[in-house]
Amino acid sequence: MEFPKDLKYTKEHEWVKVEGNIATVGITDYAQDSLGDVVYVELPQEGGTVTKNEPFGVVESVKAVSDLYSPISGSVHEVNDAIIDSPEAINEDPYGDAWMIRVEIGNTNDLSDLMSSDEYQKFIEEEK
Amino acid sequence: MPYIPHTEKDRECLLKAVGAEKIDDLIAVPENARLKGELKLPKGLTEQELTKALKKKAARNSTVEDYASFLGAGAYNHYIPAVVDSVISRSEFYTSYTPYQPEISQGTLQAIFEYQTIVCQLTGMDVANASLYDGASAVAEAALMARRITGRDKVLLSAALHPEYRETVRSYLHGAGNHVSEVMYCTEAGTTLPEALDAALDKDTACLVIQYPNFFGSVEDLKALADAAHAKGALIVAVTNEAVSFGLLASPGSLGADIAVGDNQSFGNTLSYGGPYLGFMATKTEFIRQMPGRIVGETVDRDGKRAFCLTFSTREQHIRRERATSNICTNHGLCALAASVHMVSLGEVGLRRLALLNLSKAEYLKKALANVSGVEVAFSSPTFNEFTIKISKAPEEVLKGLLKKKVMGGLALKRFYPEMNTKEEMDSFVDALSKISG
Amino acid sequence: MNDNGIKGLLLDEPLIFERSSVGRMGVAPAEFDIPEADPKGLLPAGLLRDRIDGFPEVSEMDAVRHYTRLSQWNFGVDSGFYPLGSCTMKYNPKVNEALCRLPGLSMIHPYEPEELVQGALELMYELEEYLAEISGMDAVTLQPSAGAHGELCGLLMMAAYFKDKGKARTKIIIPDTAHGTNPASSHLAGFKVVPVKSEGKGALSVDAIKAVMDEDTAGLMVTNPNTIGLFEKNIKEIAKVVHSKGGFLYCDGANLNALMGLVNLGSIGVDVIQFNLHKTFSTPHGGGGPGSGPVGVKKALEPFLPAPRVKKSRGKYSLEYDRPKSIGRLKAFYGNFSIMVRAYAYIRRMGGEGLKRASETAILNANYIKERLKDTYHLAYNEPCMHESVFSDKNLLGHGVTTLDVAKRLIDYGFHPPTVYFPLVVHGAIMIEPTETETKETMDRFVEAMKAIAEEARTNPELLKNAPTKTKVRRVDETRAAREPVLRWVKK
Ligand SMILES: Cc1ncc(COP(=O)(O)O)c(C=O)c1O
Repeated sequence: MEFPKDLKYTKEHEWVKVEGNIATVGITDYAQDSLGDVVYVELPQEGGTVTKNEPFGVVESVKAVSDLYSPISGSVHEVNDAIIDSPEAINEDPYGDAWMIRVEIGNTNDLSDLMSSDEYQKFIEEEK
Repeated sequence: MPYIPHTEKDRECLLKAVGAEKIDDLIAVPENARLKGELKLPKGLTEQELTKALKKKAARNSTVEDYASFLGAGAYNHYIPAVVDSVISRSEFYTSYTPYQPEISQGTLQAIFEYQTIVCQLTGMDVANASLYDGASAVAEAALMARRITGRDKVLLSAALHPEYRETVRSYLHGAGNHVSEVMYCTEAGTTLPEALDAALDKDTACLVIQYPNFFGSVEDLKALADAAHAKGALIVAVTNEAVSFGLLASPGSLGADIAVGDNQSFGNTLSYGGPYLGFMATKTEFIRQMPGRIVGETVDRDGKRAFCLTFSTREQHIRRERATSNICTNHGLCALAASVHMVSLGEVGLRRLALLNLSKAEYLKKALANVSGVEVAFSSPTFNEFTIKISKAPEEVLKGLLKKKVMGGLALKRFYPEMNTKEEMDSFVDALSKISG
Repeated sequence: MNDNGIKGLLLDEPLIFERSSVGRMGVAPAEFDIPEADPKGLLPAGLLRDRIDGFPEVSEMDAVRHYTRLSQWNFGVDSGFYPLGSCTMKYNPKVNEALCRLPGLSMIHPYEPEELVQGALELMYELEEYLAEISGMDAVTLQPSAGAHGELCGLLMMAAYFKDKGKARTKIIIPDTAHGTNPASSHLAGFKVVPVKSEGKGALSVDAIKAVMDEDTAGLMVTNPNTIGLFEKNIKEIAKVVHSKGGFLYCDGANLNALMGLVNLGSIGVDVIQFNLHKTFSTPHGGGGPGSGPVGVKKALEPFLPAPRVKKSRGKYSLEYDRPKSIGRLKAFYGNFSIMVRAYAYIRRMGGEGLKRASETAILNANYIKERLKDTYHLAYNEPCMHESVFSDKNLLGHGVTTLDVAKRLIDYGFHPPTVYFPLVVHGAIMIEPTETETKETMDRFVEAMKAIAEEARTNPELLKNAPTKTKVRRVDETRAAREPVLRWVKK
């Protein structure tokens, strides 16, 4: 399982990539693996807002449902519509093609409690 | 003991294997919770005695064949071809559970898939579920579904919806804070009053629920009502509890319904004093994630062969728990099978003929009754196979009088219902009524 | 080898629509003995239809063959051992099927005048009494259509009670072992679910309930025996805690098959219970219903029972509709009557002594299987079980084999798999409920199959991964079903 070093992670198994004032959000390799084959994703509208630690969408496999929690607050800059039609991308390329939303960061303080790759790996070891 | 196979030797052997001396040692219930004494129930019966006892009970009921029955109102006495009971009596069907293991449940799964298709064909909708309990609870589920889809609260019921269905919706929606109101029907036409609608529909209305044909037997102008609801952004829920009407009337889907629900008891399910009947629900593809109940889908197996399985399960209680679209688990699968077999054996021509027969008989009786003095057809709207009459005398008295002549005249909301009734039965009904009423 | 599942001839069969031929008819409706009406003259053109596109049209014999072939792809209790935990797949007596079809019970209309259906009302009245006696409740309604419907009924009554007392309560406590219908029904009834965990040995502790039970909480919803197959041994003390805060103890009665004649739930503090007639009382599951879910309550909740109620006065039975505090109704008419007839027949056939023997034997059989398998499969809770026991795939994971593989392999051995992956608190759960109607020989064959499969998992896991191989279809692609939904046939 991979956990790229240049990303930040949450306890709800999302990853965040910060570029300027834009944060890209997706779910981790570990999350997609525990869900199994993803069959459905629900994402917010472009232009809407998301709130830190609040659900912004849903992912579903055949036998499990999981809320997507936003790691940051801000407005939704871009939504990856492609994964709505082909949710399998979430299993195949969770950190690449299957990014979910890009958020205009409202408050950079939101980023301070996110985990590094190493911290996240330790976290999931303990959770198992 | 009936149905328990163990011999004394078996019991001893099993007890020994589990390391217990007697059965009591095995029962892991604290002493303070154990029942002292025995259940006070009648002594067990042999199969013969039991049969006798139940025949005695059955004999204390009069069937719809003992009388000429003109009862309808959500429970319909249609002829059920013998193939229906023959198929649903196959114990591979009736002694299996919900098809959780698709590889050994392909029979049930394919039958449901076919049933879903038939419901879509009849209702003119895109997708249907495997079944709900009955028509009344199906309406309640539809109202909750419309709330989820629209994010609005208010549920508007036509007062010409079956009263027990209305009551069911109110009970079901109690937990969600109710917000149920009713729109009057036109006392002349016997259909939902368009003027009342304008005032009642607003931006908080999730759905308008219309029975088609309605409780009085009148056929509503569903299209116009749907347009009115849609204009305010509300959904339209069409309710059909006399499903034979689908053989003749335009489908709810073609008239603008967003959710079509009702009861398919009319096909293949015996009256059985009110249950089990067969709730159905169909809707548009875009609403499928908000639909309650089991859904079967087509897929392939490992060898690429066509196969069926339950799908969209993440909507359901076993996965989504308190956030599920409904709490329904066990539904009315075997009733759906019975309905399928009946409809399949009728075929399109047969179903259309059956519907026409129902219409024709109702028209015959309606005309004949209208000629009886003291009897008046209550509403001007067209009807399908039920209609309402007004009687100048007290209806309860009239119905009592009819019973003496071996006629169950209808519900004390004066409902009358034909198809199973021969011309002779209808004529003698008219005759009896004219004597009592005249 | 203990190979129950041998090959047979399975005939393929297309969808009914693919067998269809325009204009063909199976069973024609009756002839017209009155003039044929002209729909065009009676109804507006916009309300008439002239086609039902794609509707099946087959001969009577083809219809029969179609469904006969479909049935042969199914596995029922009548086909073989069906140890589906929590579902109580006991024998469905044939006499019950015959009796519920008596014309005097099947051809009666729900709106017939009461004097014409005295037998039906009497049967319902007596069934209510029997269920009250079995559970120790004061009153019973037969209206709900299934277990989940009964749960909703019971919870709505609790909500109505508090509303009537002038202070609505908003929460309900539900253990993490509960069946999904419990939280779903609670939500529907307007309650917020407060979860509690069971302690180490799979039982609820008094302290855990004490910690969350308060005066905004309507009560506790508990399954007893719980879904791990264990009797909640602290139930009496827990009931006291719940009652001390004015709440109710709701018992999900899906597992009543372990308690008949052994425990009086009323006397240990239960205030509401739903019965699953399609489990405990031998009525068939029908491939997904219809069932029946009567609800029993203590005195305090009696005024809130749905209407109508069956009443008896001077030997005459009637339906009472005027119930001002009632929650109303949850369906049209009175309940799934023909299922009630079957359950009634079962209770009369068994008698009190027979029901007790059924529960005792269900417990004996479950413990037998538990003892015989516990050295092979990981037992989730090594405690004396009631009517079912829960294992897991913990010992097998090292071989790359999961619960699902074991389940599918069992099919090749000719057995229906147990309930799998429920309860959720046990990872890879395998929940086995043999019921009292199985012989020792059948259970032995099952145990041997389970052991053979565990051995295969070690020596030849591919056998499990590829299973089943002897069924109509092999493993089904459920992912594809969800990703590319095909939910109905369409005419090409
Ligand atoms: C423990 C438990 N509770 C409730 C239910 C729900 O019953 P039903 O399927 O009849 O709605 C079930 C069965 O599915 C169950 O096993």
